[in-house]
Amino acid sequence: MTVDPKNDAFVAFEHVQKSYDGVSLVVKDLNLHIAKGEFLTMLGPSGSGKTTCLMMLAGFETATHGEILLDGRPINQVPPHKRGIGMVFQNYALFPHMTVGENLSFPLEVRGMGKDERETRVKRALDMVQMGAFIARRPAQLSGGQQQRIALARALVFDPKLVLMDEPLGALDKQLREHMQFEIKRLHESLGITVVYVTHDQGEALTMSDRVAVFNDGRIQQLAPPADLYERPENSFVAQFIGENNKLPGTIEEIGGGKARVRLSTGELIDATPVNVTANGQKTLVSIRPERIEFKPSLMPPGALTLDAEVLEVVYMGDILRTRMRVAGTDDFVVKCRNTLDQTRLSPGEKIKVGWHPEDARALDAV
Amino acid sequence: MAETTMDSTAAGLTTADGRPLKVALAAAQSRAKRRAFLLVLPLLLFIVITFALPIGQMLQRSLYHDGFSKASPALGAWFAANPAGTEPDEAAYAALASDLLLMKENRLAGEAGTRINYSMPGTRSLITSAARGADDLQPPYREALLAQDRKWGEPLLWVAMREAASPWTTDFYLSGIDMQRSADGGIERVAEVNRVYIWLYVRTFLLSAVITGICLLLAFPIAHMLATLPMAKANLLMILVLLPFWTSLLVRTTSWIVLLQGQGVINSLLVSMGVIDDSGRLALIYNQTGTIIVMVHILLPFMVLPLYSVMRVIPPSYARAARSLGATSWTTFRRIYLPQTLPGIGAGVLLVFILAVGYYITPALVGGADGQLFSNQIQFHMTKSNWSQAAALAAMLLAGVLLLYWLYDRLIGIDKLKLG
Repeated sequence: MTVDPKNDAFVAFEHVQKSYDGVSLVVKDLNLHIAKGEFLTMLGPSGSGKTTCLMMLAGFETATHGEILLDGRPINQVPPHKRGIGMVFQNYALFPHMTVGENLSFPLEVRGMGKDERETRVKRALDMVQMGAFIARRPAQLSGGQQQRIALARALVFDPKLVLMDEPLGALDKQLREHMQFEIKRLHESLGITVVYVTHDQGEALTMSDRVAVFNDGRIQQLAPPADLYERPENSFVAQFIGENNKLPGTIEEIGGGKARVRLSTGELIDATPVNVTANGQKTLVSIRPERIEFKPSLMPPGALTLDAEVLEVVYMGDILRTRMRVAGTDDFVVKCRNTLDQTRLSPGEKIKVGWHPEDARALDAV
Repeated sequence: MAETTMDSTAAGLTTADGRPLKVALAAAQSRAKRRAFLLVLPLLLFIVITFALPIGQMLQRSLYHDGFSKASPALGAWFAANPAGTEPDEAAYAALASDLLLMKENRLAGEAGTRINYSMPGTRSLITSAARGADDLQPPYREALLAQDRKWGEPLLWVAMREAASPWTTDFYLSGIDMQRSADGGIERVAEVNRVYIWLYVRTFLLSAVITGICLLLAFPIAHMLATLPMAKANLLMILVLLPFWTSLLVRTTSWIVLLQGQGVINSLLVSMGVIDDSGRLALIYNQTGTIIVMVHILLPFMVLPLYSVMRVIPPSYARAARSLGATSWTTFRRIYLPQTLPGIGAGVLLVFILAVGYYITPALVGGADGQLFSNQIQFHMTKSNWSQAAALAAMLLAGVLLLYWLYDRLIGIDKLKLG
C-alpha cells in the first residue's frame, strides 16, 4: 500500500502531550499521521503510552496539550459518542445482560435507526464474521474466540470509518490468535476501513500492519513498515524490542562512506554499518540478528572480520536450531540456522569462528 | 468396544468389578459427606435450638392459650354439648359456678380472667371477684350470678368464653386484623376508634418502602464513587459509611436529638439563615419524620455494601464500549450500567426493607406517637405479658415479609441476589 500520510492524513496527532499527575508526561510530543485505509499498529511495552494514545483518540482521555484531528477536524472537544469511531476492547466488553443480537443492535438503536434496517445490518455484520447462528445467545454462552468475533462485528455494524483495537487478541490461545489476525486483516482489506491497533505482541504487529509505530517512554521510537522495522531498526531499543537480537558493545574506531569499524570492549575489531552513530570514539551497540550470522567460511563475504566462538548449548526447536555461544565475552550470543539436511551440526564445547555481512551488523546508539 | 459401552449403558453403568456405578459413587462420597455434615452440625444445632424452635413456639403461642380452658372443664363440656348460639341455660350457669369454684381452689382465676379479658375488655375483675365468692353461690346459679353482676348475662361474654374454652384459638389473629366475635357468634370489625393494627401494618410497610427508596437514592451515588475510587481512598470512605454500625445506640440517639430537636442544630441553623422564622421551627424528631431520617441513617450501609460489591466488579470498559458505540452518558447509564447493578439493587432493597419492617428500637426512641411501627405494638403486648397477641402480630409481620420475598423471587429471582 502506498500512502503519503503527511498530506493525506485521516487521523493526525499534532504535538500531543499527556500527563495524568501534572508531574510526569506519559505521552511526550506525539506526532503521527495515519492515512485513510491504513492499518497502523502501536507497539510497545506496557507503560509506553500506546494505550493512552488510543484512549485519547477514542475520547476517553483528554490530551493535556496538542491537537488530535480526525478527517481534518479537531476532535479534542468532541465527546466519545459523537466521534463515530468503532472500538474493540481487550476483554471484548460485550454487554452481559444483552443477547448477541441486542449487543449489535445497540449502536444502531442509539442512532435512531428503524427496526427493519437494524435487523438487516445486524444480520449482515454477523454473517461477516460467520456468527449468524448465534444471534440469540448471551455473551457468557460463547467461547473467547466467538466473543471476539461478536465484538468485532459490533464495532463494525454502524459503518465507522475508523476502528480502534486495544489488544483485542490478548486473551486468546496462540492458534486462535493467529486465525483471528488473518480474519481481522481480511475485514480490513474488504471493508477499506482505517484501523489503529494496539498490542504488545510484536508478531501480531509485524504480520498485520501496514506500518508499525514502536512506542517507548512516551515517544514513537520508530515508525516504519514491518520489514524495515525488523531489518533496519533505527535505534537500539527497536533492535532489541523487535525480534531476537545479539548486541555487542564497543567504540567506533573508524567511520565513513557508510561503513564503520568497531573496537569491541573485549578488544576485537568488527565491521558494521553505522545507523545513528556519527563520530569516531563514540560508544556504540552493534546489533546482529541471530539468523544473519554465519559460521561456515564459504558463506562469509571475502575479507570479513571474524570472531572466535565457543558453542555452549544447542536447542532443537524443530524448524530451526538455536545455538548459544560465548562470543566477545558474552555468554548469550545466539545463532539460528535452519534445520536442513545439509546443516552442520554443532555440539557444545566446539570452537568455531563466526562472521557476517557488514550491512547486517548495525552500529546503534549505546544505551 | 463401542458395543460393550452400549450394553453397560442399557443395564446401568458398573465399575470394573461389577458393582453398579451409582452405588460405588455413593460409597466413595459418603465419608466426605459425613465429615462435612459433622463440621456444620454445631451451627445446625445452634440454629435449631436458638432460632427454629423459638419461632415454632412463637407460631404455636399465637394460636394457643390455655389460661381459661384448663380452669373450665365443666363449661368446656357444656359448650361441646350445645352448639354455638344456644342460649345459656341453668346447666350452663351451674357449670360456670363449679368452674369458678375450681378456679378459686386452684388459684387459676387471674389467668382465666386475663384470657377472657383479651377477647372482651373489662371482664377480668368480673371473673376474679366471682371466683372469690364462688363458695357462697347457691342454685339457681343463673339468678345468683346475675344478681352478682348483670354482665354474666351478656351474650358477648358467652361467645368469648366459648372460644376461650378451647386452648386452640384464632382470636389473636382476629384481633390482629381489627376483627372480633359478635354476639351471634359471627365475626365483625371492631369499633372504628379501636382499629389500630391494619392501618399500622400498612403504614409500617409504606414507611419501610419510603426508607428503602431514600436509602437507594442516597446509596447509589456513594457506592458508585466508592467503586470507582482507588482502593485506599475507597476504604477510608467505607469506614465513614460503616460508622453508624460502630456507634453506640445511646451516642447515636443523643446526637440525633441534638441535631433534630426544636432547639437543635438544624433548626437553629435554618432560623439563623432566615430560611424559617423562629415560630416555624420544623418538627424533625419524635414523629414520623424523625423515624424516617434516623432509620435511613442506620440502614444506609446495608444498601451501600451490596451495591458497592456489585459495582466494584463492573469493568469500566462496558461504559466505554457503550460510549464508543454512540450512546450518550444518560443512555449508557440507563441501558448498560443500571441493568448490571440490578443484583446489588435487589439485594440492598430486600435487606433494607426487611430490616426496616421489623425495626423496633429506633421508632421507639425517636418516633413519638405517629412514628411507631408494627414491632412497637408487638413489644407493647410483650410488656403486658400478652404473649399470644404479640406472637400473632409477629407472625403477621413474618407472613408479610415472606410474601414480599416470594414476590421478589418471582419477579427478579433470588439467585440474582448478590449480598457482598
